[in-house]
Amino acid sequence: MVQARFPEPVSDELLDIEDKTRLELYRQVVRLRRFEERAYRLFMDGLVKGTSHLSLGMEAIAAGVATAMREDDYTFCTYRGHAHTLARGVPMDAVMGELLGRQSGVCGGKGGSMHLTSVEHGVMGSYAIIGAHLVIANGAAWSASERGTGQVTVAFFGDGATNIGAFHEALNFAKVWELPIVFVCENNLWMEYTPIDSVTAVEHPAADRASAYGLESIIVDGNDPDAVYDVASRAIGRARSGGGPSMIEAKTYRHGGHSRADPGTYRPEEEVEAWKARDPLGYRDRLLALGMDEAELVAIEDEADADIDAASEAAKAAPLPDLEAAYTNVWADGGWSWRN
Amino acid sequence: MAELITYRDAVKRAIAQEMRRDDSVYLIGEDVGDAGGVFKATKGLLDEFGPVRVRDTPISEEAILGAAMGAAMTGLRPIAEIMFSDFLATCWDLVAVEMAKTRYMTDGQVTLPLVIRTANGGGLRFGAQHSQAVENWAMAVPGLKVVAPSNPHDLIGLFAAAVRDDDPVLFFEQKSLYPTKGHVEEGEIVEELGTAKIVRSGTDVTIVALASMVRRAEQAADELAEQGISAEVIDLRSLVPLDATTIIESVVKTSRLVTVEENPRLCGWGSEVVSLVAEEAFWHLDGPLTRVTTPHIPLPSADALEDEVLPSVQRIVDGCVKAVS
Ligand SMILES: Cc1ncc(C[n+]2csc(CCOP(=O)(O)OP(=O)(O)O)c2C)c(N)n1
Repeated sequence: MVQARFPEPVSDELLDIEDKTRLELYRQVVRLRRFEERAYRLFMDGLVKGTSHLSLGMEAIAAGVATAMREDDYTFCTYRGHAHTLARGVPMDAVMGELLGRQSGVCGGKGGSMHLTSVEHGVMGSYAIIGAHLVIANGAAWSASERGTGQVTVAFFGDGATNIGAFHEALNFAKVWELPIVFVCENNLWMEYTPIDSVTAVEHPAADRASAYGLESIIVDGNDPDAVYDVASRAIGRARSGGGPSMIEAKTYRHGGHSRADPGTYRPEEEVEAWKARDPLGYRDRLLALGMDEAELVAIEDEADADIDAASEAAKAAPLPDLEAAYTNVWADGGWSWRN
Repeated sequence: MAELITYRDAVKRAIAQEMRRDDSVYLIGEDVGDAGGVFKATKGLLDEFGPVRVRDTPISEEAILGAAMGAAMTGLRPIAEIMFSDFLATCWDLVAVEMAKTRYMTDGQVTLPLVIRTANGGGLRFGAQHSQAVENWAMAVPGLKVVAPSNPHDLIGLFAAAVRDDDPVLFFEQKSLYPTKGHVEEGEIVEELGTAKIVRSGTDVTIVALASMVRRAEQAADELAEQGISAEVIDLRSLVPLDATTIIESVVKTSRLVTVEENPRLCGWGSEVVSLVAEEAFWHLDGPLTRVTTPHIPLPSADALEDEVLPSVQRIVDGCVKAVS
């Protein structure tokens, strides 16, 4: 039986963050939660086809990092990428449309849940081969520094990615070329069905390796929006000012299973319960304790509820893709022809 | 005025031509800078373009191609060198699963104007892990363009086209050709991808060849002429896009087809050409469609053994005789 691993105690340090930013963090967490809950339901209803990987319980990371980013910065994420895509401002209906295989989807239905991309929002793709996007993200960071735009690249990935070669190539390369990039490991303690610590030679799978490669490296409570926002702001600021790459290892936990309908029952019950008690939505209590107006929080919640209802209905009502779409955009000329 | 230059120097001239023209073109790879590449094909580029645009990398093939891909999607036009095409196996995910599919998956949001150049093929006695001809690996993946020039002039023209193309291009430099020479005119050279060239016309049999096999096919045509067989030789130049029209038109004229491939037999590019001709020119055929390939074995190192298995002029002649008899 797997040994349960519990969250660290909550830090009682109160970070100096503006109310406006805190409200934005809360808004993000709530919207991501609402979206993921609905995506799960639509999967169980057979409307989301194929697969889906949810960030339930992990929303504070996408929320905190995205809030610390500039609009023209780049993000690269994994197949578990609904949250990261939404957090950059991609509309819910375009994401939901993609999950449902509709023409209204952000990739016209050709990407699906695992490949959400919206270049106009700096969301440079969701990649489903573990580790690959880390080296690709380096390229965007390299290009930004050559073009002198000041853009920073953020690459999100899971703890499981820290044992694949591309991760190690990416870290060394990013440091040697001093790239403006921030790697964000969402360490949810589990890969698919195997605990990360049972297959990893070091205690902190991302942070320990990153330090060895000379990256600035920090471990953070990934369920605390303030803490994530704070370390992300610093790492992004450092990258933007020429200080090179950093690694953030955010400790978190997924409330549900790995993908699809997986109930996640291979995990010790007391572990699941302890982490659920550290739900990022607990942020609401902090905001109230700080004296923020509950009506504002309720307004945020109501807006998210209305938006997810509207996005789901819009996606369900949206037309299926034209069958012609299967034959477009293999090449830059728009077509698929391989011969004359 | 045409100048006689090597295939190796054509590589350098091609890269320089494009880097002078467009500031967004960069060259990265292992030993490409000061060392000028293990085949010395990039010697001098560092001096002209400096260490920012001509940049050495760690021995990290995934990181090299990842850097090229991420840069291509955000405004650069990178050229990435993979020292030997055999090493593509270490970064095949980037080539076949990332670069090839990203435009499609994102429904055209991402454009990847990049070139992977790599030294391909046998003939240098390097043994099985540094001698493979792997163009057909790339040809099997939708979303990749695949080019393999046979001479210095075409190398420059097709390389320029590859750099200017908005899709990922695998550019195979046949390493046995580096010391070979050809005439190249002065000034800018740009050709079109997906255009085969009839390098010798004939009426009895069509020989379709690629890269290092083109010269051998021409030599075979000389010998066949002595036997009274008139061979037409087509230099295919690119596998994707494929110039099917030139092949079909030639076979309609000659009624016979022989492909000459350096790759091992199974699923080599010639099988695709043969099936195309079988489907589209069947009623024009007067002889068996014939493939001359390296047998389905890894390449041996010893010169006697390597020469035994790579398609020789004699085997091409024999193949043509079989096709016409
Ligand atoms: C190269 C590769 N190997 C295996 C898989 C199958 N796979 C998909 S997700 C996953 C677990 C990844 O765990 P982790 O990196 O911790 O991310 P999480 O799913 O927890 O977000 C595995 C093994 C894959 N997609 N790519």
